[in-house]
Formats: sequence, C-alpha cells, structure tokens
Amino acid sequence: MSKELWKGNEAIAEAAVRAGLQAYFGYPITPQTEILEYLSRRMPELGRAFVQAESELGAINMVYGAACTGSRVMSSSSSPGVSLMMEGLSYIAGTEVPAVLVNVMRGGPGLGNIAPAQSDYNQAVHGGGHGDYPRIVLAPASVQEAIDLMGLSFDLAEKYRMICMVILDGSVGQMMEPAEMPEMKPIVDRKFEWATNGAIDRERRILSSIYINPPAEEVANFRLGKRWQEVQANEVRYKEYFLDDAEFVIVGFGTAGRVALSAVRTARSEGIKVGLLRPITVSPYPYEVIDQLAGRVSGFLVTEMNMGQMYDDVRLAVRGRVPVEFYGRTGGVVPFPDEILGEIHRIAAGHWSREADPRVSWQTRMADVISEK
Amino acid sequence: MTTLAPNNLVYDRPEGFTETPTHYCPGCTHGVAHRLIAEVLEEMNLIPRTIGVAPVGCAVFAYNYFDTDFVEAPHGRAPAMATGIKRVLPDRIVFTYQGDGDLASIGMGEIVHAAARGENLTVIFINNANFGMTGGQMAPTTLPGMKTTSSPNGRDVETQGYPIRMAEMLATLDGVGYCVRRSLHDPKNIRLAKKAIRMAFETQARGLGFSMVELLSTCPTNWGMTPVSSLKFVEEHMMPAYPLGDYKVGAAVATIKI
Repeated sequence: MSKELWKGNEAIAEAAVRAGLQAYFGYPITPQTEILEYLSRRMPELGRAFVQAESELGAINMVYGAACTGSRVMSSSSSPGVSLMMEGLSYIAGTEVPAVLVNVMRGGPGLGNIAPAQSDYNQAVHGGGHGDYPRIVLAPASVQEAIDLMGLSFDLAEKYRMICMVILDGSVGQMMEPAEMPEMKPIVDRKFEWATNGAIDRERRILSSIYINPPAEEVANFRLGKRWQEVQANEVRYKEYFLDDAEFVIVGFGTAGRVALSAVRTARSEGIKVGLLRPITVSPYPYEVIDQLAGRVSGFLVTEMNMGQMYDDVRLAVRGRVPVEFYGRTGGVVPFPDEILGEIHRIAAGHWSREADPRVSWQTRMADVISEK
Repeated sequence: MTTLAPNNLVYDRPEGFTETPTHYCPGCTHGVAHRLIAEVLEEMNLIPRTIGVAPVGCAVFAYNYFDTDFVEAPHGRAPAMATGIKRVLPDRIVFTYQGDGDLASIGMGEIVHAAARGENLTVIFINNANFGMTGGQMAPTTLPGMKTTSSPNGRDVETQGYPIRMAEMLATLDGVGYCVRRSLHDPKNIRLAKKAIRMAFETQARGLGFSMVELLSTCPTNWGMTPVSSLKFVEEHMMPAYPLGDYKVGAAVATIKI
C-alpha cells in the first residue's frame, strides 16, 4: 500500500480496526477525541461494537467485560480520563485478560491543559492502579510508528494476557504525516481457553480478580511476576541513532526523543559525537542497553516533556557510573531542537552537573525561561 | 441416604446451581433470589448461553453458585461490564446481580446509563437498605430514622439525605423495557418475584431493552433482628417506603405470555 496523509489519532483508530478490533468503548476528551469520533463511524459500518460510555469509568469497565469474552477490545483517553480508568486497569490486570488502552497525553496535573506532554509516564510505567501488576507500555514517536505499534499492542496483550498501553503525547495524536496502513486483517476467534463467552458444550468458566485467601493472591502475583520476566526478556524495543562512536548519549521517548534527534543531527554536523537512544517499549524498559552504554560513554542526557520521570529509570540502569543530566519542558510545552542542542553544547564543553540530582540545576538553568512573573 | 422417587420429589437443587453451599447468613434472602434466577434460567433453557456479572457486596461470590459462565465486576461497574459482554456477544444472555450499595450508590452512573442506552441486559437488584458485606453501613436505600453502623442515631434526612427509589427512577427512561419491584418476604411474594424475573429474562431474550427486578430483601445480621422479624420489617417498613409494583412494562413486553 502507498503512503497517505494521516492524522495521528485517526491513524491509530484505523490501524486498530485493521488489526481486528472488535469493540471500542470511549469517552470524549481532548486531545484524543478523534479516535472516538473516527470509530463511531468506522466500527458500525463494519458491524463491530462501538459505545460512547457515560464516563471513562464506564468505558474501561465495558472494555473489561468485552475483554473477558476474548474479543479484541480497546479504549482511548487523555490524561485526566486515564486517571479515572486506573480502577478498571487494575481489575483487568488482576483478572489476566488482554486489553489495549491508548493515552494521548496532555499537560497536567489536574485539569492542566490540552497541549502535548509526557507527564503520565510514571502512571503508565510504574503505577496508576492499585496492587502489584505489570503492564506493557509502548511509546510511538510518529504517526507511522503509532500505526505499527497498534497491531503489536493487541498481539502482546493477548500473548501475555496483560494490559498493553500505548502512550503518545498530544502532538503525535494531532499531527498529520504521510504513513502507510497495514492490510485489513480478518476478525479471528482466538478460542482462548479462559474466555467467558457462554458455557456452550464446555465446562463453565469464571473470571475474577479475587483471591480471598492471601497465599493464593501471593501465588497469582508471582505468576504475574514470572510472566513479566518473560516480557522483559523478549519484548524490549528501542531505536538507536549514532550510538556506535557516541561519547555521550541522549535518552528520550516519543516526541521528546524525536526533537532530540533533530538536535543530535545538527550536533553531528558540527562534529560532536553524541548519540540518541529512543525507547519504544518504556515498559519493559531497555535497562540492559543503557547498562552497556554506561560502561563506555562519558554520560547521559535525558530529555522528556515532564519534570524528569523516565529519568529515574535511566539512573537505575546507569547505577551512578557516569553523570545523568536532565533537560525537560513540561505542562504542555514542547522543547525546540535548539534547546536540546544548547544542552549538547554545554555537555560537549565538559560542563557536567555535579550534584546528586541534576534536575535541581536544570530547574536553576530554566529560571530565565520559566518564571512565575 | 434414601433416594426419593421422582414423583415424590417436591424440592431439589435447580440445574442452574452448582453444588457449592452459599455463604449467606441464616435468614438472608439472597439465597431465595439466587434460586429464583437459577430456576428461571433452567426453565428457559438458558444456562449454557448465560453470562452472569457478580457485584461487590455480599453477593461477591455469586459466581460460585450459578452453573453458568461468570465474571466479577469492580464495585458498581457490573452494568458497564455487562454492556461490554453483551455488545460483543449479542446472542448471549447477560445479567447482573447487584445490591443497593453497589447499584444505587457507587454504581449509580453505570446503572442509569445502561438503562438509558436500552442495553439488552437483565439486572437483579437486591434492596436490603444497607451495605451488608462491610458490616451494615447506611446505603442510599436506608430508611429515614433507620440505625446503621454509619447512621448510629438513625438516618437523619437533614444531613444524610433521603432514600432513592431505583425502580421508579429507572422506569422514566425510554431504554427500559421492563422495570418492577417485588418482595421476598413471604411465599406469595416470592412466587410473584419469580414471575417478574422470568419476565425480565424474556424481555432480554426478545431484545426488548433493559430489564430490572428490584427485590426487597432482608439482612437479619446487620439489622440485628431474627429472620422472622426481618421478614416482618420488610412488610411493615420497607414496603410502605418502596411500594411493590410494575413501574414500566413496555408495550411489546406486555404481550409476552409466560
């Protein structure tokens, strides 16, 4: 198929349809609403289920119900809406049913604004719902990558009976780019041996997240833990740029990684040996590649559109061997490549931050740009 | 053990039940409500096609007792989960079983909108005027003046508001095909309740919209009463506040003969 001009949100919706999406449940919230709007037309024309729910709570629990039948099902929302869905996500995780959730992130906390941000990283990767549960989180940086990851998200969710979140900032959702759609896949009855779809000619089944006996819950949590080890061993994905001879490395996901790439290219044309690592799976996180890089580069610069959330994961992999600098914009502000380039110049000149948490000196450096006045 | 000849057998476990004994307190009417549902599913030959949705509350383990596929919802979200199931499997029978804390308090949004959308679901709503599982706190359905562990001086309507009449409220919605209130306090009313449950499942089986049967029920343990005085309490205090009746019987539903 040839490339067409696709808006990120609509591309995600169509890519999900082509991956065999059987049901979508959602609620309007900017900047992801086009996913809901697109599917409100597309799903019924294919005879598939679409419901605009009464709330994100309703939507995620509809997803939960449909997921229990073994159907390919998803929802999408933006930051405040995803917060409301955390209850359902925890239950879906505890019940071990597959589901896909897209978060087109906006500025926060609270109502925040509708501009692009990456400040739900910790919620998606490290927390959110209650209880011990793993989840796969994919972070596309372009419309094409978002399309490609939608198909993968369903496959991973089903393979590991796990939530797969796709997190992108509002700019990827709202941007139009040339992109190629995959072929339409037929809907397949995957005949999962756990699905509660009516006990016709078989023993009845129960799906629940209850383990009233604490040792049984412990067994279940260990089962999830073991499955997560499989995911970590097999599903880490990232993209590397100019790493072979890099003296220091920028780490950024999604749009922040993409903006950093422009800066890295300019720096390279100036002869600065800087590379870029862009995690595609932020959960499981590419700790190993960062661990290896930490053995041979002089330091890292983490760039994010938040106050430094993925930063902690990079530091975990680096284990104090080399400095890890931070540069971010937050609250819905997207960094320009020149800002990252300025950081590259500072680091190339040997000005590494010396304090325990370089996010402190970053905030000090930003004082001229970001002021209460 | 003596085996009874079939012609002498007057009472047996319905096919819709598993052999698991229920965990309900002595004198509680959950068991009666469960049995009526199981009998109706058996009579309508719906057991293999049925998927139940259990609530959070005393009936949280309902899935252990019905011999059908079952899922267990987050507190109050059973109608949303049921919507998800029914929308991808429209030829299955999907029902939720919810108490008053679950349905009328935390799950108010989900139940109202499932009804408003006219989801082809059946809801069995147990109204026993308190949160049973957590030890008898005030529910939206608690009667004015009624003592609970969170209204120790009796529900004061000035500060704690008034009871919600769910059957009357949902009956105002166009998506609802069948919405009635019955009681489980005596054999006659139990028979009428069963007929209503049958009508609710018939409504769903014919695709005639949302159906709900509200059942006035007892909670002897948390009410601090004997089973017998609990049944009297339903008749003397619950029924005046929650009148039994058919609040909505859609035109097409009214033609169903059972």
